[in-house]
Amino acid sequence: MAKVLVVTSGKGGVGKTTSTASLGAALAQSGQTVVVVDFDVGLRNLDLVMGAERRVVFDLVNVIQGDAKLAQALIRDKRVDTLSLLPASQTRDKDALTAEGVARIIADLREKFDWVICDSPAGIERGATLAMRHADMAVVVTNPEVSSVRDSDRIIGLLDSKTERAERGERMEKHLLLTRYDSARANRGEMLKTEDVLEILSIPLLGIIPESQEVLRASNIGSPVTLSSPESAPARAYFDAARRLRGELVPMDVPEERRGLVQRLFSRRVA
Amino acid sequence: MKLPNFMTRRASAPIARERLQIVLAHERALNGTSGDLVRLLQEEILAVVARHVKIDRDMVQIKLDRGDSISTLEIDIQMPAEIAAAH
Repeated sequence: MAKVLVVTSGKGGVGKTTSTASLGAALAQSGQTVVVVDFDVGLRNLDLVMGAERRVVFDLVNVIQGDAKLAQALIRDKRVDTLSLLPASQTRDKDALTAEGVARIIADLREKFDWVICDSPAGIERGATLAMRHADMAVVVTNPEVSSVRDSDRIIGLLDSKTERAERGERMEKHLLLTRYDSARANRGEMLKTEDVLEILSIPLLGIIPESQEVLRASNIGSPVTLSSPESAPARAYFDAARRLRGELVPMDVPEERRGLVQRLFSRRVA
Repeated sequence: MKLPNFMTRRASAPIARERLQIVLAHERALNGTSGDLVRLLQEEILAVVARHVKIDRDMVQIKLDRGDSISTLEIDIQMPAEIAAAH
């Protein structure tokens, strides 16, 4: 039974696209069939983060308007063959996404994949509500920072009112993904702690992704971090989160960078 | 001896720069013009083929690879066996 998951946040720049790519890749690496769908019409970026920007021919809007078949618009990942991308269009207006068109595509994708992961645009406008509309579950990406937490609260409200599930009176499964977390600063009282954010938003925790240089490196080279450096701390955090999405019980921790002897010596000398 | 990977890794920023230059060059070229060159090419090529062969639109795969100096457009049309044999 396919699962439709929306990755959303309200606020921009907190890591929706990075998390979509990494969770999608992590699920695909575990053998599940996955499609990641970019809903940010006009400002697509999932293709770039996935490293597929040179291969985009057709997009979500082309499929909705009947200019291309769904199969023609799907881009198969070159590294993991169970992972596909459906890009957003770059040039057309946002009204090109129709509610019926999105419903039809999500229904078709449900037939083909185990996971349909929708990367929401920032904001609470049409694009964001269409991305969450047909979801079975939501990953709310939040930074331990006041404006991000507030915007997440708004989005949780929308998830509980504007989605098909909510309108049918069913429960929308929501999970918190805390990104750019710095344990040391949280422990020193310089950053909101996980418990603070959980207490305020009161939705279950899916994972804590530590702040890491590896995330920028992954986006530079166009690869989900779970593929470019699977041993790194953020990659391990994403792998754990993906296992939790599949229903596994994985103890919650904040992975730390594993460093070799040489690096430890260097960093000690610098410190 | 296996070097630690932080010493052997190529810096990633030059890769980011190169990728952005390629993708933005293509996107800027598309803005302002009618835009969908690839779609136009595809329609016209398919129309020419369709004059001679019956094409099932589900049997057409289109692939694009945008490069720095060369891009390749690949249109893969599967034809029914009897027609392919007759030509």
